[in-house]
Amino acid sequence: MSYLFESFKGWKKYCEENGANLYDSVIEYEIVQKGKSEKDIWEGLQKAYTVMKDAVETGLREDMTSRSGMINNGAKKVYNHPVSVLSPEFQRLISRALAAKEVNSCMGRVVAAPTAGASGILPGTLYTLQEIHHLSDRKILEGLLVGAGIALIIEEKASLAGAVGGCQAETGSAAAMAAGAMVYCLDGTIEQVFNAVAITIQCMLGLICDPVAGLVEIPCVVRNASAAAIANSSAQIALADVSAVIPVDECIEAMGEIGSSMESKYKETAMGGLAMTLTGQTIAKRVLIRDIEILPDETLPE
Amino acid sequence: MGGKSSVFDMIGPIMIGPSSSHTAGVVRIARSAIRVLGGRPDHAEITFYNSFARTYEGHSSDRAIIGGLLDFKTDDPRIKQALDLAKEFGLTYNFKSIGNASVYHPNTIKLSLTKGEQKVEIIGESLGGGLINIAELDGFSANFSAQSHTLIIKAKDESGAIAFISSVIAQEKTNIATMSVSRKGKHDVACHVIEMDSGLNPITITYLKSLPWIKELIYIPEIDL
Ligand code: SF4
Repeated sequence: MSYLFESFKGWKKYCEENGANLYDSVIEYEIVQKGKSEKDIWEGLQKAYTVMKDAVETGLREDMTSRSGMINNGAKKVYNHPVSVLSPEFQRLISRALAAKEVNSCMGRVVAAPTAGASGILPGTLYTLQEIHHLSDRKILEGLLVGAGIALIIEEKASLAGAVGGCQAETGSAAAMAAGAMVYCLDGTIEQVFNAVAITIQCMLGLICDPVAGLVEIPCVVRNASAAAIANSSAQIALADVSAVIPVDECIEAMGEIGSSMESKYKETAMGGLAMTLTGQTIAKRVLIRDIEILPDETLPE
Repeated sequence: MGGKSSVFDMIGPIMIGPSSSHTAGVVRIARSAIRVLGGRPDHAEITFYNSFARTYEGHSSDRAIIGGLLDFKTDDPRIKQALDLAKEFGLTYNFKSIGNASVYHPNTIKLSLTKGEQKVEIIGESLGGGLINIAELDGFSANFSAQSHTLIIKAKDESGAIAFISSVIAQEKTNIATMSVSRKGKHDVACHVIEMDSGLNPITITYLKSLPWIKELIYIPEIDL
């Protein structure tokens, strides 16, 4: 038997009744449902975390210019800027989330967590958390498992795909995973971990998916940075036991409800929002292929 | 969605950006196609349809497809340089865009590959999240996901062929997950596509190949596409 990740309430109850902690129950799920060995799971997580850290470092070291030109070494500029708005730590957090996501936009290797569009959020937050609090890799991997459990429930009750639920489903879910993982790593209780998820979802609700020219660049890259910041603010609030009031399961249900009533032009189709602005359309005209044969409707090609 | 997701769907897959449907899925279509062809092609005619037709450069699906034809895995950083590396591997190619092919899935690619005398034509769909469907093979409807062991048999369209092939497979205690048959005209050639939960012994494959009514047999063992 293993817990099937249908609700946060159920997950908490399962842990309490079986004397399991959050990450144990995720390992158990993977062993029972997917037939993996515990050793493979830890190795897989270590590999994923290594790729995440590599992405952060690559994005801060190598040239990150996308083919469209919209992404142009933003992470390095932020990292090296002489003025720190809040603190050097905050500056590093933002630049790291940008860096890993820029690597994704520029055809580098990333971990889709939960999706490629949101691939800067867990790397940026966990890299920075580990550095500030001198955490072991093992602790971070446990945090990743907690994040995976959070994502499994969101997938079950709402969605993780921008094309289905808008950007709240991608960067919102990644921020929720990051906030939960961070509170776990800082020895928060189950209640506090789930509260961090609830608060994060409340902050990310309603975000539409409107990528310029359909490319995973604008606004995706900066949203990875803002989602990382929101994950940190939610973790700070949750650790102090400030309640989200609306329980986490209900927050996720709200996200699902918003996603299903969101118009399709706001779901990765590049037909609304920023993609439809004057500049967005001009960029689309420039980067999209124009030498294209158009068939009459309902005609079989060749 | 069938079945429960894995922890490594949530923290993963590890992939080359920017998007699983435009890179990972595209690489997988190409890697399936070269397995049907039986090796790396010398020449590839590549047609991008519908949504892919306009966006393939922006999303770097052109590098992904060439990377896949060179048999690079979905997380191989060389994909980024695939267009330059093609020359070294002796691969020539042409790209073409066709929009508005409403009979096709929004993200469809057609590959016409040649390797010496060998030729193959594949139509592949990138379904999202890196999942694919090989919709057509040499004009036959195929519909396989390249996620399990796949057996493709082109045989004379005779009665009893389906029952015979499945009984041979059953003797190996191999479970058939899906099986489809498509044919071009009655009593001409039928294409059988069989997806199995476990692999086949080489002896069985040799035996099937030796049957006079079987014209062509392609076996693609489960690989990490
Ligand atoms: S805007 Fe759309 S493509 Fe970009 S990160 Fe958000 S969900 Fe993904």
